[in-house]
Amino acid sequence: MKAIALPNFKTRRVLRESGSEFWMKCCYILIWTMPIILLTGLIIKSATLFQEKSVLELLFSSKWKPLSGQFGFLPFILSSLWITFLSILIAAPICLLTAIYITQYTKRIVLKIMHPVIDILAGIPSVIYGVWGILIIVPFVAKMASWFNIQSSGYSILSGAIVLSVMIIPFVLNILIEIYRSIPLELSEASLSLGATKWETIKKVLTQKAFPGIISSFGLGVSRAFGETIAVLMVVGNVVQIPRGIFQAGYPLPALIANNYGEMLSIPMYDRALMLAALILFVVVTIFNLGSRYLINYYEKKI
Amino acid sequence: MINGSKINIEHLNLHIGNKHILKDIHVKIPEKKLTVILGPSGCGKTTLLKSLNRLTDLYPEVKTQGKIFNDNEDILHPKIEITELRKKMGLLAQSPYPLPMSIYDNITYGLRISGRRKKKYLNKRVEYYLRQVSLWEEVKDRLKDPASALSIGQQQRLCLARGLSVDPDIILADEPTSALDPVSSREIEELFLKLKQRYTIVMVTHILRQARRVADYVIFMYLGEIIEHGPAKQIFENPKNPITKSYIKGIYS
Repeated sequence: MKAIALPNFKTRRVLRESGSEFWMKCCYILIWTMPIILLTGLIIKSATLFQEKSVLELLFSSKWKPLSGQFGFLPFILSSLWITFLSILIAAPICLLTAIYITQYTKRIVLKIMHPVIDILAGIPSVIYGVWGILIIVPFVAKMASWFNIQSSGYSILSGAIVLSVMIIPFVLNILIEIYRSIPLELSEASLSLGATKWETIKKVLTQKAFPGIISSFGLGVSRAFGETIAVLMVVGNVVQIPRGIFQAGYPLPALIANNYGEMLSIPMYDRALMLAALILFVVVTIFNLGSRYLINYYEKKI
Repeated sequence: MINGSKINIEHLNLHIGNKHILKDIHVKIPEKKLTVILGPSGCGKTTLLKSLNRLTDLYPEVKTQGKIFNDNEDILHPKIEITELRKKMGLLAQSPYPLPMSIYDNITYGLRISGRRKKKYLNKRVEYYLRQVSLWEEVKDRLKDPASALSIGQQQRLCLARGLSVDPDIILADEPTSALDPVSSREIEELFLKLKQRYTIVMVTHILRQARRVADYVIFMYLGEIIEHGPAKQIFENPKNPITKSYIKGIYS
């Protein structure tokens, strides 16, 4: 009896072993196929547009007249880039200084209190950020413009960037805190025992050590900011024009898609143009990610 | 018995929260000798070492009472210039923590923050200190490489050179060989034997054989108290306290 039971038991274990690996492999492949399907879908949908227009014209023309078949994406691309970089410019120093303060200057309890605050900030639906932007940021920016003698309704690139920066702060801050926390205390001790002050240690040693991580956190922030839709759409003005200043209205790519998909599709080629907008978003975000990955590798080798 | 003492610790008590970590430490550390603080793990050796250059400040929950004099200056006095104090003591940690920069910059870091910027001077110093720790021949062609590319043993010697670079009088070493292979450990020990002619060295260790090999003066600690201290010969050959006796026989380690 025993002699028969034993191989049976063995085969079951072997089956289970290979079976579990099979399921893991399936999930892994699923993760891989999703971006590929997404990308091919976008390319197929927008491909016919390339047959009629040149890529250069689509990307670098500022003429957006869908009714006469002119689709120049430059105003949208520039609006997106402006808003994104402005927002990371606002968020980056705030996050960096906060992370350094929390991890280096305060007691552990402060960090413990900070975590739920960050989680709450990250969990607020973006439409609420949009409403907050309309109620507070837009009038504030309009006022600010008037200090510089600029006429502005407040619905502008700057408003979008401010709202966006508040939205990406929890994500960037969270990573930065983890990075600074993971630096061993002995590294600070080494620097301090050479006669460095605390600030010198933070600036020249800890931040150096954290640098690859800092880049990756900013990269994540940029990616999030570039794709954020609703909150930005609500405060940015949505005027098709090449923005000539931060107080002017803009029209970022995600807002274009969200505002028009499903409504303007009776216009010929419009759906394909929106697919192209999505494709541009996809490609730009991918370039950001690859770029930050490259920088991370570069700086990791240096330290 | 002790001719010149470099550090006088007077009735030092240290608490972390409610825990009494160092209990009435009262001892003199001789100048230009290698003093070993010996004892089983968790007896407060490292804490004692770190109070000497006030790295205990990094832990807000640490409370200290008592006095530590270095050249008649009270280290624990709140108004002391802490960066100057720390520059007088090179630190060597349990495992090497090279600064996240090149080999060259690791040595010049301490010099640059104290305002030395002349390239020629820095170059000379780098060579000098790397020779001190017999690392120069191994790294002279790759000074611009990141320090993390060195082997662990080389990194520890680099850290020692970095500690020497700010011209301290004292070297504090916290189990400096615990992460190293036997060959690298021996190299560090030999360096210490060479360096003790010019520096006062305080080394924490729980390795009895290492202590026997290098110590001039031994402070034996157990559970936060100094059980016995004296010249190495006396402690190893003729310990007075029964706890010291049994540790030396190898019962605790």
